[in-house]
Amino acid sequence: MQYSFLNLVRQGLSGHQDWPAQWRSPEPKTAYDVVVVGAGGHGLATAYYLAKEHGITNVAVLEKGWLGGGNTGRNTTIIRSNYLWEESEAIYEHALRLWETLSRELNYNVMYSPRGVMMLAHNVHDVQVFKRHVHANRLAGIDNEWLSPEEAKAFCPPLNISRQLRYPVLGGALQRRGGVARHDAVAWGYARGADRLGVDIIQNCEVTGIRRDINGAVEGVETTRGTIKAKKVGVVAAGHTSVLMAMASLRMPIESFPLQALVSEPIKPVLPCVVMSNSIHAYISQSDKGELVIGAGTDVYTSYSQTGGLHITTHTLEAIAELFPTFRRLRMMRNWGGIVDVTPDRSPIIGTTPVPGLFVNCGWGTGGFKATPGSGHVFAATIARGEPHPIAAPFSLERFVTGRLIDEAAAAAVAH
Amino acid sequence: MLLIHCPYCAMERPEIEFRHAGEAHVARAPDPSQLDDETWAEFLYFRSNPKGVHAERWRHVHGCGRFFNALRDTVSDRLLVTYKAGEVRPELPPQEHSR
Repeated sequence: MQYSFLNLVRQGLSGHQDWPAQWRSPEPKTAYDVVVVGAGGHGLATAYYLAKEHGITNVAVLEKGWLGGGNTGRNTTIIRSNYLWEESEAIYEHALRLWETLSRELNYNVMYSPRGVMMLAHNVHDVQVFKRHVHANRLAGIDNEWLSPEEAKAFCPPLNISRQLRYPVLGGALQRRGGVARHDAVAWGYARGADRLGVDIIQNCEVTGIRRDINGAVEGVETTRGTIKAKKVGVVAAGHTSVLMAMASLRMPIESFPLQALVSEPIKPVLPCVVMSNSIHAYISQSDKGELVIGAGTDVYTSYSQTGGLHITTHTLEAIAELFPTFRRLRMMRNWGGIVDVTPDRSPIIGTTPVPGLFVNCGWGTGGFKATPGSGHVFAATIARGEPHPIAAPFSLERFVTGRLIDEAAAAAVAH
Repeated sequence: MLLIHCPYCAMERPEIEFRHAGEAHVARAPDPSQLDDETWAEFLYFRSNPKGVHAERWRHVHGCGRFFNALRDTVSDRLLVTYKAGEVRPELPPQEHSR
């Protein structure tokens, strides 16, 4: 059913009891043209664009838990495209342009809110790095501007710009088109969109093996709900990528780390934008429910535990409390962790693998949410054509052998 | 926060005294210039990243300053055993790494 004012009125007349389910829960068929492993935002977007733009509708998205229950539901929903290198600018800006029309495209309100992302500089190095970003972005046609501490304070009134801080605010880089979106709605919107185009979304179906023929090519997957044949398999499994690729005897340049976030009790609107500080490990925005959504840095050790050390979140909260003294007395309601797949250059891996028919989209590390539409769009093209989409091509697995890294690790200093 | 047993100091100390130093037993080739690009990339970047028992290096930066190795379950984050650098990876009794 198309969501519209007319249908809202109609459903209202029957007390909102007759809204249809947003997607089916089909039994898996024995074979598909394409199997996507992982029903997070990236996987569902991949399936959606496979069906929408490439006419490949005989697609299954397999999910070991429930859709959107991994990192899609655990991130801090920040969207921006102010990356340093041209390759990164291309893919994140591609995603940002899709974000701008996504609600209309999906007929689903993803609550994209371009309220501005402000990244704070606290020392001379930060100032130089961010000004370099500003200039690089403007050359690429991406909005990014430098703010003095007073301008930063004017844009974000609760910010403390006192020179007495341990890490005083020396300025900030502001991307006005950056912002946030509702993470669950992104997964649900893509799921509904893909389902309407004929894609089967199969939840509670864990992939336990990857089947290959005598030539080594992929011929399907083993799951907890039986064998499913497919000539093309796309793995979009974030923190579990290494585990899945090991089923095809592939090692990956990835390590999985816990990344924590937390939310405060809900309060009236107080924080008008997203504020990030790489140097002191703090990311904060306010959700439409009024909760302050706070992101921390990764824990130091690899893990699949979806939890992390309390000292990591304490460190982040100390930074937040110094930047925003008014938040000191707020209580935190929830704290959780997600498992992020970190590559050596902090850039994703999108493309083909040495195994024919096996494709991978991973390595988004701590900053994958913002890329969701762009990632799914170029990965769908890569799977459909069997060769990398031009925007995805630099993000190949081979770059670790050729040495042509896209080193956002050094560029971003710490985190995404 | 993990409690980590430093095999040199012979005591359990909190995680913040240590620095994680990546996967253990990744040996650097004696003469890297003799390697082909794939083997060199494997050494530099490719890691086993297991879901289960992981052999990893830690450095006791705020203690003795020395590197040592540990086996840790990456599902429970439980440290199973720590051992000195240069020692072979210990065998675990089967029950120790069941969750």
